[in-house]
Amino acid sequence: MKHVDWTAMTVFLLFFVVVTVMGFMAARWRKADDAQHLHEWGLGGRNFGTWVTWFLLGGDLYTAYTFIAVPAAVYATGAAGFFAVPYTIIAYPLVFLILPRLWSVSRVHGYVTPADFVRGRYGSRGLSVAVALTGILATMPYVALQLVGIQAVLSVLGLGGSGNWFLQDLPLFVAFGVLAAYTYSSGLRAPALIAFVKDTLVYVVILVAVIYIPMRLGGYGHIFDAAAHKFAPPADGSKPTGSLIIATASQWQYATLAFGSALALFMYPHSVTGVLAAKSRNTVRRNMAILPTYSLMLGLLALLGFMAIAAGVSRGDKKFNAQLAVPQLFADMFPSWFTGVAFAAIGVGALVPAAIMSIAAANLFTRNVYKEFLKPEATPADETRVAKIASLLVKVGALAFVLVMDKQAAINMQLLGGVWILQTAVALVAGLFTRWFHRWALLAGWAVGMAYGTWKAYGISSAATKHFGGSAAEIPVLGQVGYIGLTGFALNLVVAVVLTLVLRALKAPEGTDETSKADYSAEAGDEAVEQAPQPTLAH
Amino acid sequence: MSSQSPSAGALPAVSPARVLAGLCLLVPIVVVLWVPSYAKAEPSLGGMPFFYWYQLMWVPVSAVFTTSAYLLLRRDEAARRAASAGSAPVPAQPDGGEQS
Repeated sequence: MKHVDWTAMTVFLLFFVVVTVMGFMAARWRKADDAQHLHEWGLGGRNFGTWVTWFLLGGDLYTAYTFIAVPAAVYATGAAGFFAVPYTIIAYPLVFLILPRLWSVSRVHGYVTPADFVRGRYGSRGLSVAVALTGILATMPYVALQLVGIQAVLSVLGLGGSGNWFLQDLPLFVAFGVLAAYTYSSGLRAPALIAFVKDTLVYVVILVAVIYIPMRLGGYGHIFDAAAHKFAPPADGSKPTGSLIIATASQWQYATLAFGSALALFMYPHSVTGVLAAKSRNTVRRNMAILPTYSLMLGLLALLGFMAIAAGVSRGDKKFNAQLAVPQLFADMFPSWFTGVAFAAIGVGALVPAAIMSIAAANLFTRNVYKEFLKPEATPADETRVAKIASLLVKVGALAFVLVMDKQAAINMQLLGGVWILQTAVALVAGLFTRWFHRWALLAGWAVGMAYGTWKAYGISSAATKHFGGSAAEIPVLGQVGYIGLTGFALNLVVAVVLTLVLRALKAPEGTDETSKADYSAEAGDEAVEQAPQPTLAH
Repeated sequence: MSSQSPSAGALPAVSPARVLAGLCLLVPIVVVLWVPSYAKAEPSLGGMPFFYWYQLMWVPVSAVFTTSAYLLLRRDEAARRAASAGSAPVPAQPDGGEQS
């Protein structure tokens, strides 16, 4: 076993205890009168203002895994890993037009999940359950990856590695047991409150890192020189592992990955949960304008990958795990106590999204599977109870995923999850603007997109894995290499358009639309919103 | 200002504010998707290649554009509310008030 850094460990544990206490106390924060309603447990009472929403969404979207994976990608491949920056630049203007409409219609009709909206808009149980199951499927590996983030930190701290399996994974069990317990009791209020701690820690750590580490490494000029050296074509004529500037051949991939990921970001159930918990339409809009603060942090964080190169964290080991680049950089560069703070930022950074994701998946299961198919007469209290249990199962599932299957499987599945969730975008986004598309055409488009994405991803191998090793393949017609999720989305859209034309010509039944035009622009304070039904009475 | 629109008092669906807001949202998306425009090392800034500092710079710039879109739309919506309130004595939902 490696040497354990006790100072760092103590600081790390201290923060962990603080957020645990906060998580349990959150149940009493802004306590509501009708705590039995799912929108209380699952959406925090739909009452979060601009700043709470900002912390919540920031804590939700910029996960611990992001902190590990983005710099790891930059460390390993250089410029290609920097796509996370254009991705987050595109995301907010893109969804600025979409999400306020989703918020309004969900508020008027009491929708808790995106699949609720699809159900109400198209009157289609099939399309709704397709959206719900895609959401659950895409979220599970994402929760699992948060565990991978914690594992990376624990491993650099000196825990894990060799030793017996139980002791090795014990800290992970404890962390997730505690997380499960306070999510169960406090619902969305727990991650919302803990997000304050998480985001403060993250801002402090990254600001210190991007100023302090370059000072120790001899400035940015030296850091980029070291990176250029790493990505220079090797003398033996083999291919370099990456490039400092994106190569011409990879530009399509860079752009399509950024665009596709941006569109997928707010299709994820946990993002929608964060948005629907806001108290007004303008709260959502304001957040699209102020969330880029986090993107700036992410961009600076990505540069840590180059700093890890310059600092030589691999110590010459050719098989060095890039996922450990940033934790190792922190451990090498910072004094022990601050390493503890930095690791706490990553650890707490895993807990917040993991909680929100499990709540979002639980909401989907409860509303769109349990109530829809298993027990239509479920009362609001039943729903809340089922959702709480479902949130536990999601976390147990994620834990099992990480422990039983290998870490690579979680990474592969998460990549695939991004491709999948993007396929729900046609039904969701189009539905917010028009009722032109036919529900069966949308379902067929979704199926085609899912099948294409899965098939293509299966065929991609990488050094680490035989299948699902990446997310880029040649785009048919264009002949360029691009993100398969976006290609699937385009196919999905084409199928939906063509079949809609056919089905309309055949006069296939369209299903009832329970929404009206005014619902999509309703704002808090409007009559329609004030008289909104409770979620469980929506249909 | 809305006297020329067909339904008395309502603003047209395509107003200058909405178009301008749409452009504000479009600019950052187009700029960062145009990868060839910034896939180069020079001019570097403080040792950082152009590719990196240019994209980082667009993060706050995009936020300024999104904020402008927000302000434009907020004014536009306020004008629409005022227009519809001024033209119709009944609130937006005709059946509101009596139910529940």
